Amino acid sequence: MSEPVIHTEQLTRKFGEFTAVDAISFSVGEGEVFGFLGANGAGKTTAMKMLTGLLLPTSGKAAVAGFDVFTETESIKKNIGYMSQRFSLYDDLTARENIRFFGGIYGLSSASIQEKSKALLSSLDLLPVADSRLSDLPLGWKQKLAFSVALLHEPKIVFLDEPTGGVDPMTRRRFWDMIYEAADRGVTVFVTTHYMDEAEYCDRVSIMVNGRIAALDTPTAMKDSFGVTTMDELFIRLVRPGAGEGI
Amino acid sequence: MRVIGFLLQKEFLQIFRNKGMLPIIFIMPFIQLVILSNAATFDVRNVPFNLQDLDRTSLSERLSEQFTGSGYFQLTGESSTSPQALDVLVGRNADLVLVIPEGFEKELMRGGSAQVQLIINAEDGFSAGVIQGYTNDIITAFNRDLIPQLPGSAVGAPRQTISVRSSAWYNPELVYIDYMVPGILVVLVTLVGLFLSGMNVVREKEIGTIDQINVTPMKRYQFITGKLLPFWIIGLGELTLGLIIARFAFHVPMLGSYWLIYLVAGIYMLVVLGMGLLISTLTESQQQAMFIAWFFMVIFTLMSGLFTAIESMPHWAQNMTMANPVRHFVDIMRRVMLKGSGIREIATPLAILTADAGLMLTLAVNRYRKVSD
Amino acid sequence: MKEWSSFVGFVVKEFYHIFRDRRTAAILFGMPVIQLLLFGYAIRNEIQEVKIGIADLSRDAVSQAITDKILSSGTFVLVKNPQSHSEIQSAFRSGAMSEAVIFEPASDREIQREGSMDIQVITDGSDPNVSRIITGYTASVIRDYLSESATTVDEPKGVVPVPLMMFNPGLKSVYLFVPGLMALILMLVSALMTSISITREKESGTMEVLLVSSLKPIQIIVGKVVPYFLLSFINVVSILVIASLVFGVPCRGSVLLLMAESLLFIMTALSLGMFISTITSSQQVAMMISLGGLLLPTILLSGFIFPVASMPLPLQVISNVIPAKWYLIIVRAIMLKGAGFAVLWQETLVLAVMTVVLIGASLRNFSERLE
Ligand SMILES: Nc1ncnc2c1ncn2[C@@H]1O[C@H](COP(=O)(O)OP(=O)(O)O)[C@@H](O)[C@H]1O
Ligand SMILES: [Mg+2]
Repeated sequence: MSEPVIHTEQLTRKFGEFTAVDAISFSVGEGEVFGFLGANGAGKTTAMKMLTGLLLPTSGKAAVAGFDVFTETESIKKNIGYMSQRFSLYDDLTARENIRFFGGIYGLSSASIQEKSKALLSSLDLLPVADSRLSDLPLGWKQKLAFSVALLHEPKIVFLDEPTGGVDPMTRRRFWDMIYEAADRGVTVFVTTHYMDEAEYCDRVSIMVNGRIAALDTPTAMKDSFGVTTMDELFIRLVRPGAGEGI
Repeated sequence: MRVIGFLLQKEFLQIFRNKGMLPIIFIMPFIQLVILSNAATFDVRNVPFNLQDLDRTSLSERLSEQFTGSGYFQLTGESSTSPQALDVLVGRNADLVLVIPEGFEKELMRGGSAQVQLIINAEDGFSAGVIQGYTNDIITAFNRDLIPQLPGSAVGAPRQTISVRSSAWYNPELVYIDYMVPGILVVLVTLVGLFLSGMNVVREKEIGTIDQINVTPMKRYQFITGKLLPFWIIGLGELTLGLIIARFAFHVPMLGSYWLIYLVAGIYMLVVLGMGLLISTLTESQQQAMFIAWFFMVIFTLMSGLFTAIESMPHWAQNMTMANPVRHFVDIMRRVMLKGSGIREIATPLAILTADAGLMLTLAVNRYRKVSD
Repeated sequence: MKEWSSFVGFVVKEFYHIFRDRRTAAILFGMPVIQLLLFGYAIRNEIQEVKIGIADLSRDAVSQAITDKILSSGTFVLVKNPQSHSEIQSAFRSGAMSEAVIFEPASDREIQREGSMDIQVITDGSDPNVSRIITGYTASVIRDYLSESATTVDEPKGVVPVPLMMFNPGLKSVYLFVPGLMALILMLVSALMTSISITREKESGTMEVLLVSSLKPIQIIVGKVVPYFLLSFINVVSILVIASLVFGVPCRGSVLLLMAESLLFIMTALSLGMFISTITSSQQVAMMISLGGLLLPTILLSGFIFPVASMPLPLQVISNVIPAKWYLIIVRAIMLKGAGFAVLWQETLVLAVMTVVLIGASLRNFSERLE
């Protein structure tokens, strides 16, 4: 593993008395596809928001692209792309307008926006609907577009928060192809999901349970060490320790 | 700068694409301006009037004719007892009952004076005062003709008089509409500006796009400027349309300078929009934002001096209105349009508005957090 | 039976929804109280502290006496002694003064010799109402001076009017405005509450859940209104208590009737909010209509400040669709005049019909969406 681009130590976030993220420590290397798994409410979004500079951690340490998440959030933002859990583009704008807007606020030149817009729309097969509002498009298309928009300014790291939630299996497959393409270009991908099968696509996964990291390894190594054959089984083990053993 | 440009473009696209909102922003205010400006008048006319003539003599008839023929009152019925008169007032069939007692003529002819009772519906104390004024005028005129015919009148006695020559500057005809149109226009522009800006950021919070913006390197002032400018432009556009209506539909005079109006309006819109954005950044849902905006809007409107004079308020309330931007802009609009006030004469309210604008914008930029804690 | 219990469950859910958001609940019940307290004190139209300028060019006994009389009336505050028309002009423009009284030179001699003199009263006519009233005040102060100082010849007095100010002998504007504020505040708060009830469900996507449930459209509509109706009851009570205890507005009629009419009125307002909610597609639009569309019309056309009878005929006609107008008539009649239902049944009927029509229309709009 090369120099880590994301590094956390004992990173913690509390909401009042409640600890949403509990002292998590991990590193992600450049060009890695890092999966963040966990049930709803496990703390995935909260962890990601701290790393993207949207939420201030309560304690611990973390650096993203070499910048500190407490003090250098604005520098972090220049180096990352983000796709939030909720749909992250403007539904009342067209695909073209969304690309233009996000390209613009990331400071791309007009010429480069033009060029990227064309390339992106054609590679996503969106040209015929480039000028209809996103509210009229199916969710899968919108998510693929959102991913491309998150990469528009060529960030080093891209954070994807449940990008495939509610999307059909065919599109999910295609979505992961896009993730690999990005990783091949050297982009580090930090992705959360609650689809266990998607864990298999990641270089390494961490499984979060109640704010803590319960396991962290490559999918194969993890399954081996727990003696299970699927990630699903593994997950049930972690959430309810002792569940699979009594049989 | 370029970043702000992109934000602006996006906001305008969204505003003009919201088909449900367009008529509310661009049509509703003007319908209200045109219709409601006519509603605001304190003129008391055609007062329904009930006659209780218990004397039934030629003199009592002459007196009641003065009332019916005055143009102020409209006879709606007659009564013969006090309970009846009261019923008439309670049932809203009359606001004035003239009671001419039995023996009215006889007393006048014998003693030179006689009383009549005027029962006035004083629910609305103001109108009651006006009605009483009308009746005084009528009876004074009636007496002028009557007294020389009464016994004991010293014909030709010297009477001192003082004539009051009154003139009302700027609005000699006392047209109420001139006074109301500028004020109502201010309230409408404020309403649209405050509500639109108040809902804007919180809406992005609700649908989640705000995170997508916050994760970009955009600066806070760029964000606030980009959010503010579209509504600033729309606000001034609405004001322009309103001024055109004032000029050509209502013939409201414009004695001062349009430049001054726009200078003040430009600053004023910053206050309103800054406040809207502040509300928007402090709230969690559009509903909350609207309730708060509404709360202030009602207070601003009723405490602006638009409908009732500031001087009529108790002192603490008068002091409170100093913090009310609507009060200052209504005041300035009326003064500049109707009296031709120049920048020096409006310096105080203008300075307050400028300070308000600075305060609101600073707060809005500061309270808007890209990183929540 | 099952339907009934799912209806109750629905109502309970709505209740829960309102109270879970503490801030919103605080606003809904705090706002009317604060506003009524504030406006009850501040919204008056008694004219006081008129800023007057006196230019006394004659400086003699008569002008001095009249000046004293004007200033001691309590209505006027002397702010300056303007020396020229341009000084008056600039004082008017800066709002420092609203009236100027000018005594021409040698008024003393004039009135002794000719028996008459002139006094000039100049008012800032940009506010026509104030201008008219203060001119009248000034004239009456001068008339009083004259009748007191005149060497009284024993003239017959002629007809002497004895005014009797019924219902409000002190001519207090509080009595007029507090009922008006009650109408305004209840109207706006109630309509606001329900105006987004349906649209919000549409936007958040929970509408589908409602639609596939076993609830009938009427149950959904009524279930949305009922919790707010019960909650508005709190607003009605607090507003009536403040009106009577804080502002001393008498209730000469039946309190029970007043209460019942108030409940009918909030029902009308809630239904209006509901209706708005069924015709709009987004929360934004719904709120803009219920706030922007109701605020000024309710203030201006209800008779709250400006008497409806003074308005041009077309506006008097339009004012009939403003629910607050009818409630205002009812409240003033019950509180100030002690009127009973026999007098007010027509106004009550209007409100009832409005409510039924609004609910019916909401139901129709809502059901149409189902198809
Ligand atoms: N702003 C907040 N205030 C209070 N609690 C929060 C907040 N955001 C998240 N939480 C809580 O933190 C926990 C983790 O949430 P989240 O990170 O969204 O989980 P996940 O993304 O894994 O589903 C949840 O129990 C959630 O209720
Ligand atoms: Mg999440």
